[in-house]
Amino acid sequence: MNRHKQIATTAFLLMLFAVVGAAIVGLTYDQTAEQIELNHQRVLLQRLNTILPADRYDNDLISSQIQIEPDPLLGTSQTETAYIATRESKAVGIVLPAIAPNGYNGSIRLLVGIYHDGTLAGVRVAQHRETPGLGDAIEASRSDWILGFAGRSLGNPDEKKWKVKRDGGVFDQFTGATISPRAVVKAVHSALKYFEKNQKMLFASQTDSENEP
Amino acid sequence: MSTHSTLDETGTITRNGLWTNNVALVQLLGLCPLLAVTGTFINGLGLGLATLMTLVFSNAFVSAIRQWTRPEVRIPIFVLIIASIVTTIELAMNAWWHELYMVLGIFIPLIVTNCSIIARAESFASRNNVIDSILDGFMMGMGFLLVLITLGSLREILGSGTLFSHAHLMFGEAARDWMLTFSDDYPGFLLAVLPPGAFMGLGLLIACKNVIDRRKQATQHIATTAAPVNA
Repeated sequence: MNRHKQIATTAFLLMLFAVVGAAIVGLTYDQTAEQIELNHQRVLLQRLNTILPADRYDNDLISSQIQIEPDPLLGTSQTETAYIATRESKAVGIVLPAIAPNGYNGSIRLLVGIYHDGTLAGVRVAQHRETPGLGDAIEASRSDWILGFAGRSLGNPDEKKWKVKRDGGVFDQFTGATISPRAVVKAVHSALKYFEKNQKMLFASQTDSENEP
Repeated sequence: MSTHSTLDETGTITRNGLWTNNVALVQLLGLCPLLAVTGTFINGLGLGLATLMTLVFSNAFVSAIRQWTRPEVRIPIFVLIIASIVTTIELAMNAWWHELYMVLGIFIPLIVTNCSIIARAESFASRNNVIDSILDGFMMGMGFLLVLITLGSLREILGSGTLFSHAHLMFGEAARDWMLTFSDDYPGFLLAVLPPGAFMGLGLLIACKNVIDRRKQATQHIATTAAPVNA
């Protein structure tokens, strides 16, 4: 009997601590949830604005997102989010997710901003595991290389030149690292192709929802 | 238990935490985050502070409830306490130091698995009063933090030729220009930035500590006794 009582007390003790611990975490979550959500949106918007300048659109970029089905041209294997920029309710551009599967160390996730007319607004790396000090120069914070995509389009340069210089194209590679830039260039090129093919569908979905009362 | 020896005890706890029983250099605990995030001074400082806070709070709580726990369930209770504290700190950092939180990423929740925290709970906080336990947590955390920022500075200086880069992640926009650049066209030393550099750096720090200890021991021997050293 005494033994049972001891077990019961111990179990009760554990439960008490579990409840108190959960309460503390729950309370903190409650206090911080709003701020955390704001932070996420702020960071996302900052990132999107480096790709698509804020003065080119006037809508709330974050809330005008569409879901994009997986597509080999984007390199995506699951549904991803794209953001559509409009100005006076007319589509001016889109930020597409793209994945370069052939980085030096796994895939490189990109955000590709494309204007309505098919020219690139900008490209940023969202996630990568390239070698620090070598391949990570694809990050905008490490070098200006990725800024070189702005203004390019499918016809500029033409198809055969959409490569790094080592492969006979127009884009620089880095000293000691060709694989990462090559992967990025290829992924951006395919994303442009995807845009050309699906442009109507992408922007249609947005204008439809805009026209709904 | 003893009120008259508090000063003595304070000294011992401090020495233990910062030097004699340093978490990183002597106990060799928590090496995974230590090696992973010490690429820069600021990253080291960020993780160091988060670990320090966890140690202080967990020691305080564990010590406060030490009369009410039972030996059979003390470990699960410690784990519960530590996990709650770390999650709370993680949420707070996510809300108020979001950029730093993103840099440190997975290593904040992983503080839970830093053995030094449960080790201090079990071996110190569960046997001592709250004040001493808080002091112990603070000093142990400080010892860990000092190693983190030393290693972080070394690797940053050697690896990228800068110091205090990305300080704005922690201290706001005004800290952006705290960054010291030692040479404008420093080519960078990749080894120091990559994980092997962290191992070597830590090894060197431990070696330095051992050399200093050895020296001190030797001079003490000479001072206290004329007998030959036999160890």
